[in-house]
Amino acid sequence: MTPVSSMLYVFVAGFIGSFGAAFLKAASSRLRLNMIALLGNGHLIAGIVMYGLSSVFFVRGMAQGELSVLYPMVALGYMWTILWSRIFFGEPLTWGKMGGLVLIFAGLAMLGLGRSA
Amino acid sequence: MCHGPACCDRESLLFWKLTEATPAQKRFAIFLVFCVTLVNAGAQVLIKNGANGLGHPSLIATGIAILTTPQLFVGYSLYAFSMVLLVVALRHGELSAIYPVIALTFVWVTILSAYFFGDQMNALKLGGITLIVAGVAALGRGSGKGAVKKS
Repeated sequence: MTPVSSMLYVFVAGFIGSFGAAFLKAASSRLRLNMIALLGNGHLIAGIVMYGLSSVFFVRGMAQGELSVLYPMVALGYMWTILWSRIFFGEPLTWGKMGGLVLIFAGLAMLGLGRSA
Repeated sequence: MCHGPACCDRESLLFWKLTEATPAQKRFAIFLVFCVTLVNAGAQVLIKNGANGLGHPSLIATGIAILTTPQLFVGYSLYAFSMVLLVVALRHGELSAIYPVIALTFVWVTILSAYFFGDQMNALKLGGITLIVAGVAALGRGSGKGAVKKS
């Protein structure tokens, strides 16, 4: 059995990570190689903090439970990211992206099954 | 302050400019995120290997271990480096096409674990790897064309 706490950790990791990625994307358009500009780039700082925090949650979540359950939950993070990309950056939602997401979800589930076997 | 529909569009609301990337820039972005997954996988293997035998240390002990264990230090440095690569990749690529490519990390980790830790390969793992690679390929092809909903 996979503890609910593990699932929650992985779910939260994906959710925070998706915001981290969105902040990093926002930061990337204003990048300048200058220490003051980098430290003053609020999006960059927020992105790094959230991205790092998400990996902490991810490691906690993966510590116990079945990988066949936890691995595909990682794909939920990609789903959020595609959603934020549409809302915040106006990136088109294509069949290729949705199909790709479904394939990755299935692939992660299968890989998780194979690893716990 | 908003005085009409002209200033309420997505761009002015979110105060960052969306610029159209050239096909070459998009390819470079995909190549960079591909590198991100490789570096990330290497980092994970080093971190896993370096963390073996540490048990469950406290937060401070973990910090000290990262600084004093060469494998952990290199692993986390690589992880930080991969984040820099990711930011550069995101600069010219679509977030929705770039970010899910990171799933490839799972593929490399599975292969590296088989090689370094002697994990058994099996049909399920190979099937999963195939599906993830196919999914990433579909994502790359799907970026920028054939929008589900025209806006």
